[in-house]
Amino acid sequence: MTNVDLARWQFAFTSINHFLFVPITIGLAFLVALLQTAWYRSKRDEYLRLTRFFGTLLVINVAIGVVSGIVQEFEFGMNWGAYSRLVGNIFGAPLAMEGLAAFFLESTFLGLWLFGWDKLSRRLHLATIWLVALGSVLSAAFIMAANSWMQHPVGYQMVHGKPQLNDIWALLTNPVFVWGYSKVLLASLVTGAAVMLAVSAWQLRRGGEAAVFVRSARLALIVLVPSILFTMLVGDELGVIEASYQPMKIAAAEAQWTTCQPCSFSLIQIGGGNNDHTPTQILAIPHLLSLLATNHWNGKVIGLSPLQSQYAAKYGAGNYVPNVFIQYWSMRVMAYAGVLVLLLGLWGLWLLRRKKVATSRLFLWVAVWAAVLPFLMNTAGWLLTESGRQPWIVQGIMLTKNGISASVSTADIAISLAAFVLLYAALGTIDLLLMLRYSREQLPPARTAADQDAPVPAVRY
Amino acid sequence: MTLLPFWFIIITVLWTGFFVLEGFDFGVGMLHNAVGKDEPERRAAINTIGPLWDGNEVWLIVAGAAMFAAFPGWYATMFSGFYLALVLLLASLIVRGVSFEYRGKRDAIRWRRTWDILLTAGSLLAPLLIGVALGDLLHGLPINSSQNYTGSFWDLLQPYALLTGVTLVLICLLHGATFLSLKTTGDMRERSGRLARRVAPLTGAAVVAFVIWTHVTARSTFFLNPIELLAVLAVIAAIWLVRERRDGFAFAATTVTMAACIVSIFTGLYPNVMVSSTSPAYNLTVHNTASGAYSLKVMTVVAVILLPVVLAYQTWTYYVFRRRVSRRDFEPDLGPATPDGSHPEPSAQPKTASISDRLRPEEEQT
Repeated sequence: MTNVDLARWQFAFTSINHFLFVPITIGLAFLVALLQTAWYRSKRDEYLRLTRFFGTLLVINVAIGVVSGIVQEFEFGMNWGAYSRLVGNIFGAPLAMEGLAAFFLESTFLGLWLFGWDKLSRRLHLATIWLVALGSVLSAAFIMAANSWMQHPVGYQMVHGKPQLNDIWALLTNPVFVWGYSKVLLASLVTGAAVMLAVSAWQLRRGGEAAVFVRSARLALIVLVPSILFTMLVGDELGVIEASYQPMKIAAAEAQWTTCQPCSFSLIQIGGGNNDHTPTQILAIPHLLSLLATNHWNGKVIGLSPLQSQYAAKYGAGNYVPNVFIQYWSMRVMAYAGVLVLLLGLWGLWLLRRKKVATSRLFLWVAVWAAVLPFLMNTAGWLLTESGRQPWIVQGIMLTKNGISASVSTADIAISLAAFVLLYAALGTIDLLLMLRYSREQLPPARTAADQDAPVPAVRY
Repeated sequence: MTLLPFWFIIITVLWTGFFVLEGFDFGVGMLHNAVGKDEPERRAAINTIGPLWDGNEVWLIVAGAAMFAAFPGWYATMFSGFYLALVLLLASLIVRGVSFEYRGKRDAIRWRRTWDILLTAGSLLAPLLIGVALGDLLHGLPINSSQNYTGSFWDLLQPYALLTGVTLVLICLLHGATFLSLKTTGDMRERSGRLARRVAPLTGAAVVAFVIWTHVTARSTFFLNPIELLAVLAVIAAIWLVRERRDGFAFAATTVTMAACIVSIFTGLYPNVMVSSTSPAYNLTVHNTASGAYSLKVMTVVAVILLPVVLAYQTWTYYVFRRRVSRRDFEPDLGPATPDGSHPEPSAQPKTASISDRLRPEEEQT
């Protein structure tokens, strides 16, 4: 393995792990804010108990989300020094704004929310959780603006061979950003809602307080179904946009080596990959790829081989085809997991209407295990996006292999990769165990009538 | 390009803010075992920084991001050059960060002892490593003409850098001890004061040595500049104030000591950002590592609007959590506490509460 490979493994490993925690944080922060708002408005004790219960789960994840986020920020300079030097004046700006506008907000108000239950008025305390939610939503905005620039560079001019930012507004209205960011937010809501649904389902199955957990299950389902639906619609539009800016990415996702018109969507194939241009198609839906990639029934999708010749003519000799196997399967895993989540949500809504959600043991069992699906969907989606950008680190401007730090040796990266794997494995295990443990806890007890007006005790370490 | 010095100042402010704020968090992390003799006391010690440490740590993230945006060359050389040291730093920060969150999540002695040790170790290593890194910036490292670090991990551990690291750790210890004296009650407050008095002379000696060496390294005039002088005066004041048991002023003095030491490194650096020991011609400066003019302008607008807002709400947070934390908040045997931690009987509070404790707003209602 070269140090480029190792550095890529490390970045992939740390960012995939980071993004297990981020969507739970964004999604749950919003849902917990909704629960607390419900308590604020209705004064019903169930909502307070649910707020505290799911708030604990939120906090367990925020801790890892924050610290693994520092790793992400440092890695640009540590492993990708040449890249940082070249594009820092564009890529660094949104990162700095992220810190100033989002991280401070999120962290400071999370402290206020957790420890401020008995110190702030109810209205002010409610505002703090909404500011935490806003901070998490904003942080995703800036990092997505930065990432979208790597996918589709805009708002810059080349000065002495270096891209220089000349239009921040173009960066923030980049279509890849607008659609990609919407998708990340929606997918985070899906993740948070699926986690809340799974926990509620587990509690309902095990005889947790039905009257209370039905409420959280209902809230989760009401958020889940529109979110997953819009995730898919936005994802479809994002596919069309990426197909026009990064045709390799989409062609590779379909393992489409030759140009087609109209194009069918392969549901499943055997074989395939960069060295097998004629995999065995098991099942394909006519016209669907044309529709997904171009929004037209008979749209044309250019194949990988003609694209490779085009790129070689434009950028010089080299291999410009991303890893087709990863592209093809991450696309499928993402789409299929999404469909399953949608079906689960619709099933739940139907049961909700018939007031059977708390008693259908099959649904509750499925809902618990379905919590894995959004994580599969998110991870596959990022693999599709990031692996599909290869061999570029910034599409059309810099190749990944040229972005590496010159002063970091292969041994250095091997040591750090091993360290991160061990550290994250330990933390991931602890996080999972704590999540499971606290998901199975009893609700905090209902307060007596006399307590209702007393301040709610603060959370403490 | 007038924005370059401005951004150098912003980055100095961010690093200073980080060390002043997270400095006492590091101190509390290192001292929580010494100040807290049993579980309620250790929890009380940790909870003095509970609502604050996360927001304080963001100063480091923003300092890094500001370097990335304003001086990409500096960020790239420094972060790739300090590679293994940063891996160690990240590990310390991660372990330390989650230990706050996870420590109290299981009621088992071994679980808590493990997190106690990790919290202490992480809180010690983090300022040490960052201190070594900051010292290296000023003292110089092998850097070639293409702004790449050419040394190894061991080249980072030069005497001046190590002294900087140790000095910062000692200031963190004293800063944490004065913070704990200010934020705890009873025995814990006594113990914190005693620790502060014990550490203060060591910190004083380290700061004086550090200031002199910094002054020599920066090769400026013969006389100490005002910042360096301030660092020495502040640490002397701190030694005197902890002896006089003036909690508030002592904390102010350690704050100034910390700030002046960090600022003195940066004033010694300017206009360099990393000194090359290979050749002065290869020094990284604010000019040869700078970002584009347009980016700096955009960033300036954002920083000028947002930094005051951030300062305002962080200050407010400190105001909200201004009262002292005492061990009896964490004693399980005090009245029939409900499982979510509240004491249903306000009269169960001991009558010997200190004045600041009696000012708790929620108790005034009773």
